[in-house]
Amino acid sequence: MSSRDVVLARVRRALADVPRASGPEETAVPRDYLREHGEHPAEDTVQLLAANLADYRAIVHDIDAAGLPGLLAHLLGERGSRSVVAPAGLPPEWLAACDLEVVPDVPETTPGELDAVDSVVTGCAVAIAETGTLVLDGSPDQGRRRITLVPDHHICVVRVPEQVVASVPQALERLAPGRPLTWISGPSATSDIELDRVEGVHGPRTLEVVLMRP
Amino acid sequence: MSVTDLGMPAFPAAAARSTRDTRLRANLRYATHTIRDKRARAVSELGDWAQLRAAGRAIKDRTLRHLDHYLERLEEAVTAAGGQVHWATDAAEANRIVTRLVRATGEREVVKVKSMATQEIGLNEALAEAGISAYETDLAELIVQLGKDRPSHILVPAIHRNRSEIRDIFRSEMGSWGRPAPDGLSDRPAELAEAARLHLREKFLRAKVGISGANFMVAETGTLVVVESEGNGRMCLTLPETLISVVGIEKVVPTWQDLEVFLQLLPRSSTAERMNPYTSMWTGTTDGDGPQTFHLVLLDNGRTDTLADTVGRQALRCIRCSACLNVCPVYERAGGHAYGSAYPGPIGAILTPQLRGTASALDASLPYASSLCGACYEVCPVAIDIPEVLVHLRERVVEGGKVTRRGVKTLIKPAKGHAAERAAMRAAGLVFDRPGVLRAGQRLAARTRKLHPRRLPGPGRAWSDTRDLPPVPAESFRDWWQRTRGGERGNGREEGGK
Repeated sequence: MSSRDVVLARVRRALADVPRASGPEETAVPRDYLREHGEHPAEDTVQLLAANLADYRAIVHDIDAAGLPGLLAHLLGERGSRSVVAPAGLPPEWLAACDLEVVPDVPETTPGELDAVDSVVTGCAVAIAETGTLVLDGSPDQGRRRITLVPDHHICVVRVPEQVVASVPQALERLAPGRPLTWISGPSATSDIELDRVEGVHGPRTLEVVLMRP
Repeated sequence: MSVTDLGMPAFPAAAARSTRDTRLRANLRYATHTIRDKRARAVSELGDWAQLRAAGRAIKDRTLRHLDHYLERLEEAVTAAGGQVHWATDAAEANRIVTRLVRATGEREVVKVKSMATQEIGLNEALAEAGISAYETDLAELIVQLGKDRPSHILVPAIHRNRSEIRDIFRSEMGSWGRPAPDGLSDRPAELAEAARLHLREKFLRAKVGISGANFMVAETGTLVVVESEGNGRMCLTLPETLISVVGIEKVVPTWQDLEVFLQLLPRSSTAERMNPYTSMWTGTTDGDGPQTFHLVLLDNGRTDTLADTVGRQALRCIRCSACLNVCPVYERAGGHAYGSAYPGPIGAILTPQLRGTASALDASLPYASSLCGACYEVCPVAIDIPEVLVHLRERVVEGGKVTRRGVKTLIKPAKGHAAERAAMRAAGLVFDRPGVLRAGQRLAARTRKLHPRRLPGPGRAWSDTRDLPPVPAESFRDWWQRTRGGERGNGREEGGK
């Protein structure tokens, strides 16, 4: 008997008291919790996203599409970044105004090489206002998971209002489970020293979010 | 379970020692009170918390009551997505599987994400015996590992250490594990976090094998979820070529949609945040992104035995948030080490004796490590009635009875040392069944009031060490009632009526 069979047989013996013929639905799951907490017009949802991002120490910028290249050039320049990783599907005009080395997101790059890059610019899949969360799903404008992890400075562009949802349930509805997903709520942090939150451990210590309007 | 637990004293002895450690008590008091208040605020932001809690409880119950079904679906989905699924009946088998998988890569070191399951099975020790170094990368786990210490809290394993102790450990120990602590390291938390960042980065960048647990596994899609704060989890889950996840079989949830409940319950209950900084979700392997080999080791190790107990099985709903530890008056004073397992606090007091059985003195003492105040039940995001299970397990320890051990139904004998309690309860049962005997006894007790000792002799001594015996009234309630009818006939008050 394989260990698989042993464990499954133990489970079945342990559940002798459960009426199993009717299937899992014999246990009802009440879903009367809210789909979102309070109904907001789209503009308020974007404001809430900005407030919650800032509350967890992300730096939030507001810009229209035409102003984006200038803003990115300004932010990267202000930080003194000499190199930036760009995912393959990042719209080329976003970095058009920047004067620095653009490192492509290719499989050959080693983690060590990535560690030498100063910044990364990506889009996102969805942003959650109630929790101040950005979700990346590996789409072409977001790239491999590691590029938003190893460099110390991440600029994430959110297309508002269409990429913003109010709540966690609404975000899950929009996401494809088969894709590698990274949920980001503020910069890397820890509460391990006296349960006090400190920003900046292993992930990017600076997270900038650009809310880009059409 | 873990090798470090062998020979641990029973809870009362361990707690008697730890409660005298004033620094430990100060550290714990400060930390648990801080998080308690923050958690209450984070929870109060959601008007539907009670509904989310009820849903969380029901989803977990549904899963547990049809666990075989969901495990088979999970296995199918993970396999279809490119993962390999292994099953381990106990800790030793899980350790053998992981050791074999690491050896097959040819590597001698692994990086680890904080994981309760691997703590429970003593994986690091097993790997060390096989000549494989396992580096803990969670800040608190790093503090514990460098300090040759044991974890004392589910979420914050180094909660018993304050900032200056942590600085001292970093200064003296980091050098022998890798990059030493920076010169002049202070005890500012930000500087300590920076020291950990520098120390671990070289390990992340060269790691070929990562080992993790998981907070949730979605049966329908084969997706695994790791919830974390620091980014060490993301490092271990994405940079290595091979990922091995060791996960308890109770961590499965049926559907993708179910995550909408737990991703609201867990961060607020745990770190008191609207959302934790990083959550990773992966389904098998993804071409060109992250580990190209993924192994999932499904761990029983006493979980099916726990499932067989219809009262105790609710402990398997636990999502390891640690809110029950942070509100527990016993945990706050005794500290996590006294519980002698990976799972301290109220949840540990019901989980450990079920996973391991109550054969050892330590495990038999755990159901008593509680005042039954119920604060743990109140904060539990999946509504585990911890006091109910504690009382149930106390009964099992005292009375013995039918339990399942390693999948086999067995009859356990009543524990030693509870003879006086059993005799007293039997006597009480006899007396309460016979009103005449009860009346005679009460009158005798009332007449001999002056002779009553303040403390019990013999086996009752320990009980009265910390309590005064209740005084016996001059007249029993039954006699008073018979004489006065609650005030109708004499010296009582009149408003009682008929």
